[in-house]
Amino acid sequence: MSTDNNRPIKRTKTGLTILLLALLCWGSAIRTDASLTTLINGLPQMGDLLIEMVPPDIQYFSDIIKPMLDTIRMALIGATLGALLAFPCALFSANNLFPKFITIPTRFVLNLLRTIPDLLLAAIFVAIFGIGLIPGIFALTLFSFGIIAKLTYESMEAIDNGPLEAMTAVGANKTQWITYGVIPQIAAPFAAYFLYSFEINVRAAAILGLVGAGGVGIMFDHTLKLLQYAQTSMLILLTLIVVVLIDFITTKVREQLL
Amino acid sequence: MIEIQNVSKVYPNGTIGLKNINLSFEKGEFIVIVGRSGAGKSTLLRSINRLHEISEGDIQIDNRSITSAKGQQLRSIRRDVGMIFQNFNLVRRSTVMRNVLSGRVGYHSTLRTVLNLFPKEDQQLAYNALQRVGITEKAWTRADQLSGGQQQRVSIARALAQEAKIILADEPVASLDPMTTRQVMNDLKRINQELGITMVVNLHFIDLAREYATRIIGLRAGELVYDGPVEEATDDVFSNIYGREIKDDELLGETAG
Repeated sequence: MSTDNNRPIKRTKTGLTILLLALLCWGSAIRTDASLTTLINGLPQMGDLLIEMVPPDIQYFSDIIKPMLDTIRMALIGATLGALLAFPCALFSANNLFPKFITIPTRFVLNLLRTIPDLLLAAIFVAIFGIGLIPGIFALTLFSFGIIAKLTYESMEAIDNGPLEAMTAVGANKTQWITYGVIPQIAAPFAAYFLYSFEINVRAAAILGLVGAGGVGIMFDHTLKLLQYAQTSMLILLTLIVVVLIDFITTKVREQLL
Repeated sequence: MIEIQNVSKVYPNGTIGLKNINLSFEKGEFIVIVGRSGAGKSTLLRSINRLHEISEGDIQIDNRSITSAKGQQLRSIRRDVGMIFQNFNLVRRSTVMRNVLSGRVGYHSTLRTVLNLFPKEDQQLAYNALQRVGITEKAWTRADQLSGGQQQRVSIARALAQEAKIILADEPVASLDPMTTRQVMNDLKRINQELGITMVVNLHFIDLAREYATRIIGLRAGELVYDGPVEEATDDVFSNIYGREIKDDELLGETAG
């Protein structure tokens, strides 16, 4: 009975949702002057670009291998420093471990940090430290810090409360309570989040160079400005290979961890 | 050894947990607390080492009030009280040895325990504790590789390594099969007799309570309705505690012990 009665209402709801979404898209397109004609007019140019990109400039490989390695190093250092900062902050954000007057301010700072896009962070650090790898590393540190801290504290809140209770009962102080009750339970997921953040750092680091933060991103900027599209495609190809490779390795390791 | 004076507990939602309980436990007793689920057995047990706060009254352990203790004082009282849980509460990813040694943290500095630098005597103590429950060969196995009965014995070893004077056991056999139930209860009995450690155990199996206890405490709806030696706890007494006839699922039944 009840399903029969509800069916037409559900249908109307779905229809209205789609209509609303379509209206929103249409409105947004008008306000931003995005039109299908622009897209169609641009198509031949897109084709030209693609033709110029093929074949990739293989010779260029030797020039970009060093910046590519720099990018990976930046990602690794960033993820490591980020993880080191993230662990204590995650502890202070977990509602089952610390009282609200500690977790709420810590979470507020974390949320604030995560609203800043990585590219903007890099731009700010470039303004402070000048062009180079250092601002990139700092930007990635804060970027991974935000991600790892968030994922870790959410995992911490899901840990088994039993061992914590047992540690309270044996008379452990707070530090011992965390060392014996929390850390063994969180170590594996934490390591997995570190790898995950390294993985997305490599992708993020590849474009940080656009704002002068070192690595392979600078080369993207150069080749595009000099209209050397064959070199750009070589860069894209190498980045793709590196990202896929690192994704593959970290995923395998993470599977083993969890 | 344990003095429970005028203890009441009201939960924040208004539910009454305990109603004016007065009890005194002596050294070496094997006390079994019985009652229907929700009668306040667990609340009473957890009040003793203050895993639960009480609303009124005072609890003293060896003449030290745990109710008013704070910080270091509270931790040092808790160190003397071991606890065994229904779900074992081991760190499943750590080795058996580390779980047992975690019972020693109250005796050492934070730095030492964090760096896992336990003195030789402690490791010997942990090993002896494992020996007493008969699972030394599992010392370096990860806790999650063990069966339920073995895990419960590790948690008993943790309480032994802690050199507890009192062991509180909250439904220690509720997640075990009848066979391992006997083994775990026998371990507790032996520890009680050989080491003179006071046992306070919550059980819902009446026949087990009769078999192992020296003294029975009966709770009904947060009130103390029976307190006496096991010999005087007749079927009528149990029916009164439960407020009805005893059902079959409240008996473990006969198993070869």
